[in-house]
Amino acid sequence: MATARESARRSTKQGAEPHVGIPNDQLLKMYRDMVLTRRVTDRMIALQRQGRVAFFISGQGQEATQVGVTHAIKRGTDWVFPYYRDQGVCIALGMTARELMLDLFGKAEGPCSHGRQMPSHFGHAALRMVSGSSPVATQTLHAVGCALAAKLRGLPEVCITSLGEGSTGQGDFHEAMNFAGVHKLPVIFIVENNGYAISQPQSKEMAVKDVADRAAGYGFRGSVVDGNDIMAVYQTTRWAVEEARRGHGPSLVECKTYRIVPHSSSDDDRRYRTRKEVEEWVKRDPIDRFQKYLLGAGILSEETDEQMRAGIEEEVTDAVRYAEQAADPDPAEALKHVYAHQPTGFP
Amino acid sequence: MPEMTYRDAIAEALREGMRADPNVFLMGEDIGAYGGSYVVTKGFLDEFGENRVRDTPIAESGIVGAAVGAAMAGMRPVVEMMTINFSLLAIDQIVNHAAKLLYMSGGQIPVPCVVRMVTGGGSQLGAQHSQNLEAWYARVPGLLVATPSTPYDAMGLMREALRERNPVMFIEHSLLYRRKGEVPAGWFTVPMGKAAVTREGKDVTIAGYLRTAMLAEEAADRLEREGIDAEVVDLRTLRPLDLDTIVASVQKTNRLVVVEDAWRTGGFSSEICQLVSEQAWDDLDAPPTRVNGADVPAPYARNLEALAYPVVEDIVAAVRATLPGARADYARL
Repeated sequence: MATARESARRSTKQGAEPHVGIPNDQLLKMYRDMVLTRRVTDRMIALQRQGRVAFFISGQGQEATQVGVTHAIKRGTDWVFPYYRDQGVCIALGMTARELMLDLFGKAEGPCSHGRQMPSHFGHAALRMVSGSSPVATQTLHAVGCALAAKLRGLPEVCITSLGEGSTGQGDFHEAMNFAGVHKLPVIFIVENNGYAISQPQSKEMAVKDVADRAAGYGFRGSVVDGNDIMAVYQTTRWAVEEARRGHGPSLVECKTYRIVPHSSSDDDRRYRTRKEVEEWVKRDPIDRFQKYLLGAGILSEETDEQMRAGIEEEVTDAVRYAEQAADPDPAEALKHVYAHQPTGFP
Repeated sequence: MPEMTYRDAIAEALREGMRADPNVFLMGEDIGAYGGSYVVTKGFLDEFGENRVRDTPIAESGIVGAAVGAAMAGMRPVVEMMTINFSLLAIDQIVNHAAKLLYMSGGQIPVPCVVRMVTGGGSQLGAQHSQNLEAWYARVPGLLVATPSTPYDAMGLMREALRERNPVMFIEHSLLYRRKGEVPAGWFTVPMGKAAVTREGKDVTIAGYLRTAMLAEEAADRLEREGIDAEVVDLRTLRPLDLDTIVASVQKTNRLVVVEDAWRTGGFSSEICQLVSEQAWDDLDAPPTRVNGADVPAPYARNLEALAYPVVEDIVAAVRATLPGARADYARL
């Protein structure tokens, strides 16, 4: 069996035609998902700065990882346990700009929580996406439990869970990896390695260069992939998903990428990294990179690109307008969902 | 007397403790160059270096576990949990280890550590950033729980915490960091288990802690305009609880309203009402009363969140309801 590293290397070494096997319409959809993610989050950052929403957190710069991974799964069948930077996962899964904005504004119609949960803690039952957590890495155990259920019930479902490299310091991550390895579960750990845990560089988070190396300690495969190369992310994840579905157990895919924005709207990243470093990564923007590739390969034309981007601008503007005017949650319903069935007599 | 903020008072007490005792050191997430998520340890790294201001991986359980081990070995770690919500990932180390090792070792192994954490909501940070869980820790034998509401108390209690032989849960409220108050230049401490009567009155006792101690004073001002003379008791620590001061106040006023941001069910306010009922039943002219946060995971939407925490009007209404001829229907939600 080829190792994951070899496989990842192969996938990126296909040279002039790395998109082989991915239909053109899917390539264009991947590209659109990335651009939409970026434009939605751009607008969300602006809304926070304008004081129209309280708080915002995103993973701008990580779109290739998020969209690439999500396109590699069977959407609607496989389960997703994302973390709080995964706007790209939501959009690639099928959430609309309107839905994301409704959640941001905490509106009654917001699909993730109807105004009860913080934004960026994405959950959408119909899309088989389960709400993320503010304490980090706890979702990895949920993914493992869900994968165990799939295995016990003989269902061909795979669970994907994503987390930052900083979160791999948590005990829950260790427990999740161990459990998944022991029971050969159909779960894939996507580590979106953006180099920082809020302010702390990777060197303060772990003594190894690659998180992927740790997988060996739990008895399964770990791959390292360029997280800003959407086709490499797609191919490696696709391979891991197929392995899992065939009953060959878990994988870890480490996507090396970079968050080009501060940790959240409460953060000032000038306190811990240089502008030069950020600018270097902005030059390697995964969206520009994919756009260039698609144009060069003749899959995308300048004209189609412009039309698509204009459509996205309209969509995002409409989403903001719609969400901001949408109804607030009804105070009379504030206690609803504390219990699945509200016991009578409870205050 | 010089004025300082609540944030600076905590920082100053920590700084002077680190200067005086080489065993004191800090651990936590983003506390070094970043200065802490609530900017309490800003500048500490420059003064004390990486060994004593230790940035850790994101691992709450690991941070507290390491602190327990270091304390056993004779150090005095002060760890930051970022928020009390995330301390749930460390609750095993706090409740099963830090709180019990002294007892389980027959008095041989003290665990003198301080676990700092931010509590409370009001900033639209959702259900997992806005809880008031300090009363959970106050239930645990072996732990001390400090809940300062003023810069003076914050400094005095932190000084005590750094001299304690027991693990101290040092609870800070996010909305109090900018609160200013007078802090004397000379040495003083605030003992664990000594409440403060922050306002004298004869008609009703209003007790609170952290943000609600401040709220109680605002309510007393409002009530004064209605001709009601309220006494305010700031609990300052939940464990030990200074029941004597509360009872002495109730013996004078004959009425009690306890205000707490935390959920109503099983709250610490209920505990106080019960203790007062047991100890001062004959002095009470009305049932002891609670004002609490609503029994709901803190909602994110601004309008819903505003409904989830007590406001001055709730306290005023609760006080009125204890007065002759009133009807008790002050509970919201």
